[in-house]
Amino acid sequence: MEDFIAARSQMALSLGFHIVFSCIGMVMPFFMAVAHFYWLRTNDVVYRNITKAWSKGVAIFFATGAVSGTVLSFELGLLWPEFMKHAGPIFGMPFSLEGTAFFIEAIALGFFLYGWGRFNRWFHWFTGVVVGVSGLVSGILVVAANAWMNSPAGFDYVNGQYLNIDPIQAMFNDAWFSQALHMCIAAFVATGFAVAGIHALMILKKKNVRFHMQSFRIAAVFACVAALLQPLSGDISAKDVAKRQPAKLAAMEAHFHTEAAASLIVGGIPDSKAKEVKYALKLPGMLSFMVHSDFQTPVTGLDKIPEQDQPPVAITHYAFQIMVGLGVLMLLISLCYFVAILKKKSWLQHSWLLRLFVLATPMGFIAVEAGWTVTEVGRQPWIINGIMRTADAVTPMPGIVYSFYIFTAVYISLSLIVTFLLYRQIKMVDKLYDVSPTA
Amino acid sequence: MIYVVIAFLWAAILLYILLGGADFGAGIIELFTSNKNKQYTRTTMYQAIGPVWEANHMWLIIAIVVLFVGFPEIYTTVSTHLHIPLVIMLFGIIARGTAFTFRNYDAVVDNMQKVYNKIFVYSSFVTPFFLGVIAASAVSGKIDTNAADFGTAYIFSWLNWFSVTVGFFTVAICGYLAAIFIIGETKDDASRIRFIRKAKQMNVAAGILGALVFWVAHSEGIPLNEWLFDNAVGVIALIAALLSLALLWYLLLKKGKVYIIRVLAGFQVTMILLAITLRHYPNIVVLKGGKYLSLMEHAGQEKTIYSLGMALLLGSVFILPALFYLIYSFQKNKGQWH
Repeated sequence: MEDFIAARSQMALSLGFHIVFSCIGMVMPFFMAVAHFYWLRTNDVVYRNITKAWSKGVAIFFATGAVSGTVLSFELGLLWPEFMKHAGPIFGMPFSLEGTAFFIEAIALGFFLYGWGRFNRWFHWFTGVVVGVSGLVSGILVVAANAWMNSPAGFDYVNGQYLNIDPIQAMFNDAWFSQALHMCIAAFVATGFAVAGIHALMILKKKNVRFHMQSFRIAAVFACVAALLQPLSGDISAKDVAKRQPAKLAAMEAHFHTEAAASLIVGGIPDSKAKEVKYALKLPGMLSFMVHSDFQTPVTGLDKIPEQDQPPVAITHYAFQIMVGLGVLMLLISLCYFVAILKKKSWLQHSWLLRLFVLATPMGFIAVEAGWTVTEVGRQPWIINGIMRTADAVTPMPGIVYSFYIFTAVYISLSLIVTFLLYRQIKMVDKLYDVSPTA
Repeated sequence: MIYVVIAFLWAAILLYILLGGADFGAGIIELFTSNKNKQYTRTTMYQAIGPVWEANHMWLIIAIVVLFVGFPEIYTTVSTHLHIPLVIMLFGIIARGTAFTFRNYDAVVDNMQKVYNKIFVYSSFVTPFFLGVIAASAVSGKIDTNAADFGTAYIFSWLNWFSVTVGFFTVAICGYLAAIFIIGETKDDASRIRFIRKAKQMNVAAGILGALVFWVAHSEGIPLNEWLFDNAVGVIALIAALLSLALLWYLLLKKGKVYIIRVLAGFQVTMILLAITLRHYPNIVVLKGGKYLSLMEHAGQEKTIYSLGMALLLGSVFILPALFYLIYSFQKNKGQWH
C-alpha cells in the first residue's frame, strides 16, 4: 500500500469510527430527555430506569467519541499538513465555535451524569437537554467545515495564493445547509433504528418487556419520523450536488454520458473503461427529473469532466446505492410503524413488526457510512473541491502505512470493547434497575 | 485581537497542564501506589475528577484549534516533524479516556477491571511523558525542516536526551499536582498523610528531574540557562515559584488549608510556564539553525484572527460560568477534612 492511500484510508477509518459515536452522542440525549420527562411527569420508575440505562450508554459513547474527535483534530495536521496550512485559517471558524459547543456539552454531561438527586429535578432535566442541543450544534458546525471542502468559499484563489479570507462566509458556504440537514436527520435515523432494534430484540426474547417496550417506543418514534423526512433532505442534497459538483453526482449515479432525459440507474456494475453500467435497472428521464424537476433537461455526465478530475465511479456509485436502498427500506418500516400506531393497533401485538426493527438495527449506521463515503470519495481527486488535490496535501513523512495498521488495530479493539460493554449493560438491565420481568 | 488569541492559547495550555495534568497525575499516583491502597486511591480520584475530567480534556482541543486556525504554519510544521510522538500521545489519550470511562461504566465488575486499570495507569504515564517530549522538542532547536533523511527529519527531532528528560519532568509535575489536589479530597487522617507523602515524593522527583533537565540542556548545547536567567521576568517568576514552594512545604507540615496548598502548587506551575514561554515570546517554536516560528509573523490573516478571537471570547462567556458552577457544585457537596 502506498503512503498516500494509507493516509486516505487512515483518515477514512478515523472519520468512519468517529461518526458512529458522534451520531449517538448527538441523538441519545434527546431520547433520554423524553424518558426523563416522562419520569418527572408520571413518576413511573421504569422511565427513570430507562433514562439511567441510556445515560450509561451515552457516557461510554461520549467518551469514545470525545477521544476519537481529539485524534481527528490532530490527524488533520498529521496527515494533511499542506491542506491545513492553507485551509485552517479559512474554514477554521466552525471548529473554533465547535470547541465551545463541545465544551458546553461536556460540562452539561457532567451535570447530568453526576447530578441525580443533587439538583432541582427540572434543572437536572434541562442539563440533559443542553447536552443534546450542544451536541447537535457541534455536529452541524463540523459538517459545515466539511461542506467547505465540497464548496469552497470565503477567499479568492489567485495564482496559488489564498487571499481576502472571510471565515464567516467560508462557514456559511453553499453546501453547509443541505449537508448539515442531511447529516442531522441521518443521525436520528441511524441512532433511532439502532436503539429501537436492540430493544425490539429484547422484547422478542421476553426480557424485561415493559422496560424494553417503553424504550423501544421512544426510539422508534424518533427513528421513523426522521426516516420519513430523510428523502426530502436527500432531494435537496441531490439537487445541490448536481449544481455544485456535477462530477460527484455523475459518479453517484454512474452517469457516464451527458444526455437529455437522463435515466436513473438503479444498482448495476459500473465499468469505467467501457463507460457503461451492466445489469442495472434504468428508469428513463428520472435522473433529469430528480435533478432539474423536468424529464427532458440534460444532466452532465462524466464525459464532460476531464479524466484526471473524475472521482472513482464504482465506489461512489455502490455507496450511493447502499445508502438510498437502506433509506428506502427504513422508510417502508417507518410507514408500517405509523400505520400500526395510528390505524392498526393490532399490528403492535404481532412479532413481525418487531422483527423488522431487529433486522433494521445496523441499517441506519451502514447508510451513514455509505453516505459519508459518497461525499468523501465523490469529491476526489480534490481535497478542496477544484482548488487543491488530495495528493498534494498529504504529509511528506514516509511510512504512514504502519501508522494506518496501528490505527486500524486500535479502532477495531475499541469497537470490540464498546460492543462488549454495551452487551453487558443490556444483559444486566434487570439486576441494575430492579425491573419486574413482566408488565 | 492577536493578543486575545495568544492569551487564550497560553491560558488553554496552562489550564491543560494544571487540570489535565492533575488528571494524568491521578493515574501516575495510582501507578506508584502499593497494591493495598490502590482501590482507595482510585475511588477518591474518581469522585474528585469524574464530573470534570471530560472538560479538562477540552483545553487541549482549544489549544490545537487556536493553532491550526490562527497559526497554521506552526501547527503543520510541528505535526509534520513531531508526527511520531504526537501519534503516540494520541494513543495515550485514546487509551486513557476510554479506559477511565469503561472501568466506571462496565455493568459487570470482574477481571476486566484489571485490564482497564492497567491501561489507565500506563497511558496516564505515557501521555504526559510525550506531551513533555513534544513541548521540549518544539523549543530544542532540533527540528530540521530541511532534513533529507528520515532519521533527522522525523526521529531525532524528538528522540534526544533533552526531550526525554523534560518528558519525565512533566510526568513528575503531573503526579505532584494530582497528589496536592487529592489531599483535599481525603476523608481520614491516615490517607491524608499518605497523600502528603506522595506529594512530597513527587515534588522531590520533579526537583531532581528539573535539575537534570538543566544539566542535559547544558550538555546538548541548548541555552536553557540563558533563556530563564538572562531576563528579569524569568528570574522573578522562578524565585516566586521557589518561595511559594517553600511556603507550600511549610503548610504541608503544618496541616494548612488545602485550598491555599492547591493555589500554591498551581502558582508554581504557572510561573514555570511563564518563565519558559516569555523569553521566547512571540516565538513559539525554535527550529534548527536558530530559525523561529513566531506567533506574530506566522499568524493567519487579520480577518481570521479577528473571528477566531471573537469566537473564543464568545465561547468563554458561555463556558467559564458553567464550568465554575460545575466544579463548585461538586466541591460543595463534599465534606472537607479540616
